[in-house]
Formats: sequence, structure tokens, C-alpha cells
Amino acid sequence: MEQLLYATLSLGAFALIAGIVLAIASKVFHIEGDPLSDKIDALLPQTQCGQCGFPGCRPYANAIASGEVDVNHCVPGGERTMLSIADLMGVEPKALEEEESVPVVAFVREDECIGCTLCIKACPVDAIIGAPKQYHTVIADHCTGCVLCLEPCPVDCIDMIQKPELLEHWSWPLPDTQRAQLGAERRESHHD
Amino acid sequence: MSAISEFGVILLSAVLVNNYVLTKFLGICPFLGVSGKTETAIGMSFAVMFVMTLASTASWLVQEYILIPLDLLYLQTIFFILIIATLVQFIEMMIHKVSPVLYQGLGIYLPLITTNCAVLGVALLNVQQENTFMTSALYGFGAAVGFALVLILFSGLRERMEGAPIPDAFKGSAVSLITAGMMSLAFLGFSGLVKV
Amino acid sequence: MIKSLLNKLGFASAPFAGGITPDMCKWTENAAIEDCPLPPLFIVPIKQHIGQACSPLVQVGDLVLRGQKIAKSEGYLSVPIHAPTSGKVIKIEEHAIPHPSGMGLTSIFIEPDGKDERDTSLAGLDNWQTLDPAELRERVRLCGIAGLGGAAFPTFIKLLKDKRNPIETIILNGIECEPFLTNDHRLMVENSAEIVHGLQIIMHMVDAKKAIIAIEDNKLDAINAMQQALSSIGNDTISVASLPTRYPQGSEKQLIESLTGKQVPIGKLPMHAGVLCQNIATVKAINDAIMLGYAITDRIITVSGDAVPKPTNMRVRLGTPMRFIYAQRGLENFDGIQILHGGPMMGERMRHPDIPVVKSSTGLLAITDARIKPAHQVEDPCIRCGHCSEVCPISLVPNLLADHCRNDQLEKAADYDLFDCIECGACSYVCPSHIPLVHYFRYGKGQTAQVRREQSFAEVSRLRSEGRDARLQREKDEKAAKRRKVRDTLRSESVLNPDNDAKAKTSPTTKDKE
Repeated sequence: MEQLLYATLSLGAFALIAGIVLAIASKVFHIEGDPLSDKIDALLPQTQCGQCGFPGCRPYANAIASGEVDVNHCVPGGERTMLSIADLMGVEPKALEEEESVPVVAFVREDECIGCTLCIKACPVDAIIGAPKQYHTVIADHCTGCVLCLEPCPVDCIDMIQKPELLEHWSWPLPDTQRAQLGAERRESHHD
Repeated sequence: MSAISEFGVILLSAVLVNNYVLTKFLGICPFLGVSGKTETAIGMSFAVMFVMTLASTASWLVQEYILIPLDLLYLQTIFFILIIATLVQFIEMMIHKVSPVLYQGLGIYLPLITTNCAVLGVALLNVQQENTFMTSALYGFGAAVGFALVLILFSGLRERMEGAPIPDAFKGSAVSLITAGMMSLAFLGFSGLVKV
Repeated sequence: MIKSLLNKLGFASAPFAGGITPDMCKWTENAAIEDCPLPPLFIVPIKQHIGQACSPLVQVGDLVLRGQKIAKSEGYLSVPIHAPTSGKVIKIEEHAIPHPSGMGLTSIFIEPDGKDERDTSLAGLDNWQTLDPAELRERVRLCGIAGLGGAAFPTFIKLLKDKRNPIETIILNGIECEPFLTNDHRLMVENSAEIVHGLQIIMHMVDAKKAIIAIEDNKLDAINAMQQALSSIGNDTISVASLPTRYPQGSEKQLIESLTGKQVPIGKLPMHAGVLCQNIATVKAINDAIMLGYAITDRIITVSGDAVPKPTNMRVRLGTPMRFIYAQRGLENFDGIQILHGGPMMGERMRHPDIPVVKSSTGLLAITDARIKPAHQVEDPCIRCGHCSEVCPISLVPNLLADHCRNDQLEKAADYDLFDCIECGACSYVCPSHIPLVHYFRYGKGQTAQVRREQSFAEVSRLRSEGRDARLQREKDEKAAKRRKVRDTLRSESVLNPDNDAKAKTSPTTKDKE
């Protein structure tokens, strides 16, 4: 009987001490906000396009950080963004849901524009300039190609045109040796 | 043998000769689980080092001042697990605060240190071998350094293998296990280095 | 330290790390420079140097003179472009330029009138010794001079007299370590007096105390010619250094290491080590610009390779199409022939010969397919022999770097100092598995640059988006504050002055409330 008492008391006392230590620790190491979503947000392309189903890049980053969604919903970021987020989160990469698209920018056909300013209000990065009853135009260097301005335009005068390929931005492709191509194939199969 | 050289022998034997992962085959789960990236492996190593050293000293104290005087040796495992679990909880909170990315990278393997057989193994072996307080602490620390050493080496190898052309049949865990086996063979070469 | 000591004692047997000694194939070293005739049509791209492109000054139909400025520089890192001969501008449109992408650039097409009249608006500055270096520097810029060694870096930028980084030594680069090329070699033999004079001009411009003319020991006649030119003017601040033949000794930083024992740190320029490097042909061009007022309109090009029936060195006007130049040397059918722009080690393969030569064109090679290694068919696995690391002049680890580039592990590649690679091609040359290492590095560098570009664009977009959100919020707050203010004043007015009640009720705010 005495044995049992000792056992219970010592184990209970020990557990109590451990509990107190942990309680203090949880106060000391309490975390405000979520630093992880900052890191994810920094990896996203910031097009604010909403193609992931969230109203912008930041909300999507928050959702990934909390583990609500997969890492493969960012369409404009493409495979590279998906891989770097997967790497950061330590999860297996997943194939993209949609095909990667060529980079585009919006272009306003000025002779058809009626100057309604609706597209200006829709642009998430303020890349359209103009005033009421004046032609609007897109600052191509700042356009993220999010297509959010197409829908509100009442006269459908906005086109998405392919970004011009610049000589300075050209980069060498992989060598056309078999092994280099094998590497590329392996990369692709790895992600599926 | 002087005290210092004795400590040296204990450390050396714990790190290389009786390496917990490659010679005793304890703690294989995190060894294979978090060795994908060197940074994660280093984080894990430090976490294990912290837990193992403190767990082996704390368990020695518990053994000496609670279990033996009260004749409660049958509660040994429960006590030791309690100590380890507390330490792991503590380090988990600390890592979450200090490095959220590392926390994310370690994932489930961080709480799993609790059930890491290497940690419990060190604590139990310490009391079995009737080590003194200092030698148990050293033994725990040495075992942790050994674990860290092979984990980091292995993660370096795996990073290199990521880009290597591996036959389809050997991809993934197969080639990892083969590599681990070869590392184990290499560590076998350390046996006989010191007399324990 | 030890190396510089050895250098001083004259034991410079291993001047810089690594390097190779390929078959030099200097078939044209004794071929005197010939003038290339004027082609029926000149194609002058508006960018022939590193930096910003120029904007055309002429319009279709304009008549231009040789040396007349036809495109003005935009931005600091840029030099103007001049007409190669007198004639008429017939069109301005995009045309292929010597670039590995095969992409085009706006080019000015000039039809020569055959008179070859020179624009004489710039006079020679015979009294350069008394002139301010800044004025000479402006002349060098106006004459469109960019490094003629192949990189085409605007020369006037390097000629800045800077108190913080005083230039002590000028190194005149007559190394020409690329196989086949002999254009600098012939220029040194034939125009040694002008080169020495040009060197004196730039010594005056940057106030350098001494100058070294570095020549590899496989060009003895050039060494002799330069020494003779020096002894005839009796200048003892300029010396000629003969260096053992080794590739890539002509690379700026490797040459500085060979001569002074100093390593120029990564990310720093030679001027931070008190050194200024200039190419032979560039100095000749500077001499012509100062003494004669000539803008750069031609350059010496080595036309060689086993597919060229009559290889030689030619003085070619900038903008001459490659096909025309090859035709002068008897090559007209390009089947089974690879065209290289530049030397065989660092040059770039051109897809077709209808491309003009520019300021960076050092050589035009035509090599039969049979002679070029069919590299793309036989890349074997790396056998870790380590030859690539041995020959790397920067002491990198090319095989690991290539692995990382191939697998898109760009951060790791950057960790292994991918961006320090000078793409000399020594590693690819010695690789027994024929791995196109440099090609992988170029791929890795391009991908990294693209990722960085995307990141900075994303950063700008994020700032713009956040700025917009903040603005919308502020506008909302301001509106709310305004409404509150109106409401408050109305309320206080109606309390103080009940007579105004009726009047206040007509205001839109209260109306809305009702």
C-alpha cells in the first residue's frame, strides 16, 4: 500500500513540475502572427490575379501557411513558384492544376475606349492610367497580366497581348545533349 | 587512466565506435526522414543534441534520487518517457518561435523525437551501465554528436544524389537505404579504435 | 605573396591558376592586313557595345558621310554609332545581329555611294598633352570607341581619372590567347608606332606612372616591333612583357594576376587594384580619334578556319555582312559549315552568315562540321576526373556546378560561385566526357537572372498593390471622417441655432438620413 502511494505521489509530483515548466515555456515562446506566411508571400509573383481562388497573393499565402490549401494553385507563378513553396513547406511538390501560360500584358484599344474608369478601379497594381472621359492606357512595365480589367470593361476594348521578348532578357536554353534532356524529363516526371 | 582521457574515450566511443545510428541502428526514423536537406538536418541535430544530453542527465538524477530510494524501478520507462516528452515539447515551442521555417521543415519528426528509440536508448543504457553523473551526461552528449554527424553527412550525400542519374528501380528510399548501408559499413571500420 | 615574389624574380612559370594550352592554329599570323572592299549594303545595328542601345538620328533617305554620327547614345553606359561609309540611308528596321539568340535589333541600312567621303567635323587634337583629360575622354566617347577585344565595354568609362582609385599601371593587352585569332598580332606588327602613341595618350589621361605591353611568347615579331617602336621614342616608363602562351591569359583579371601577382576581387574592377587594361586595337582607335578626329568605322578581323580557302586578316568596315566578307576569302557555300563569331573558345555560333560585323567582332571563323566535336551526341556521364577544376582559372568546381545548373538547383549553383565564371571554356575543352559545361553555366546564369527579374517585379507589384490598398483605405477613412464632421457641425448648429433647422434639413446629408 505504501509502495503504491509513493509511486503515485512521485509520478504525480514529477508530472506537475514538468507541466509547470511547459506552461512557463509556452508563455515565453508565444508567437504573434504567422511569420511563415510572410515567407510564402515573398515567393508568390504578386500578380494579385485571384486565379488561386483567393482575393490576392497575401490571402493565398496565409491559407498555405495554415495548411488549408495545396501549394499548386498559383497559375502565373508556374512550376518554379510551386517548387519553391513546396520546398519551404517541406511538402511533396504537386503538379500544377492549369497549364503554364505565356506572360501577357493588358493593352487598351484607345479608339474604342469610352473613358469609363472601370478598369482603373479594377487594377490591383494601379497600372492603368486615365481620367473620366479620357482614353485610358496600361503601363506595360507594371502590368502583371492578371486579366482583372477585362471583365469590368463595358466595351471590351482591352486585349491581353504577349509580352515582347527582349534581347536583354534572352537566356541560353539547356544544351541539346541527350543527358541534358534526360535531366529535364526527370525534373518533369518528378513533379507529377 | 586519468579522468580527462577517460572522458575523451567515452566521447570518441559514443560518437564513432558505438554510433547510435550506424552501429546500434537506433533512431533510424529521423535519420531517413529529415535528411533530405542539410539545413533541416542541422536543425534536427541540434534539437536531438539538446534533448539527448538533458534527458540522459535528468534520467540519471531520477534514477538515483527517486527510483532507487523509493524502490520504484518498475516505473523506470514511464518516468524516462515523461522526461523526454517534456523536453521535446519544450524544444518544439522554442523552434516554432525561433525558426518557423525549420519548424515546418522538421514537421512530424520533431514531436517524434519523443518516441525516438535512440533517446530512450541512451537513458536506459546509462542506468544499465551504472554510469556516474558526469559520464552519463558525456555519454548522452556523445551519442547526440554521433547522431548529428551521420545525419548531416547523410543529408549532404542525399543532396548530391538529387541531381544524379539514378536507375528507376533505385530511386527514392531504395538508394537512400543503400547509401545508409554503405555508410554503416564505413563506420564499422571504427570498431577497435578504442577499448570500451 | 610568394607568387608576386616569383614574378619579380622572373619565375612566372605558373602565372595564374589553371589554364590550358590548346592547338593555337595561328595560320594567319604572317598574313598582312588587307582592306575589305565596300559591300553593296551596310547593316548597322543601333547597339554594338555592352550597355544601353542607341536611338537613330537619321531618317530614311538621309545622306550620310563616313564617321557621321547616325545614332546617339541613351544613358551613361553607351557610346554613339557612326556611319561606316558615305551613302544613303535606305531603311531602318530590325535585322539579325551577332548574338547567340539569333534575335534581331533595329538596324540602319546604308547604301554606299562609292565616294567614301569622310565627315571632317571633328579636328585632330595634336596638342593633347596640354588638354584636360576630361576633354580627351569626351572625344573618346564621341568617337564611339568600345573595347575592341571582344567585350565591347564603352572605353571612355574606364578612362576616368578618379582620385579615389588612382591608376598606377596601364596594361596593354596584346595577349590574344584565343586560337586562330591574329588581328591584334598583325596590328602590333604593322601599326606599332600608333599603338605606342595611343598608349601615351591614355597614360596622360589617367595620369599613370607606367605601362606594360603584355604579349605572349608565340608572337616574337610583335614583341620586336613594339620594342623597336619604344626605343625609337626613348620612353622608359613603358615596358614590354613576354608571357608564356596559355589560355585564357588574355582575360583581364587573369592577365593582371599574371603581371602583378594581384588578384582583382570578384565584383571589383581592375581600377580598384590600380590597374587599367586596354586592348591593342582599342588603343589604336583612341590614337586615331585624338590625332585625326576619326570616329570608329572599321576594325581588324581575322577570317580563318579550315573551311575558308584563303584565310587572312582584314580591315573591315563595321556593318559589313559576314557573307560578303567570307565571299572575299573564297567561301560562298555554307553547307556543313559552322560560322563562329569570335574565337573558337569563347565565340558564338551564328545561325546564318547574313549578319553584320560589329565593334565586338574579333574574328570570323568557318569550321567544317567534321572538325567540330559533335558534342551534342556524346555527352557521357561525369567520371569525376577533376580535370575541369584543374584548368579553371577561377578555381571553381565545374562538374558540380554543371550538375546544379542541369537540375535547376540555382541557389546551390550560386553558392558554388556560378557568377564568378568567366565562361572561358577551358573546362569544356578538357572534359573527357564531352560535357558542355560552359553551356550549362550559361543556362544557369540566364535562369538565375530571370528568377531575380521576376522577384524584383513581384516586389514592385507587391508595393504597388499595398500602396493601392492603403490609398483605398485612406479614402474610405477620409470620407467617413468628412461625413462625421458634417453631421457633427449640423448637430451643433441645430442645438445652438434652432432657426437653421429647416435650412439644415435641406442639406443632402440629413436628407440621406431621413
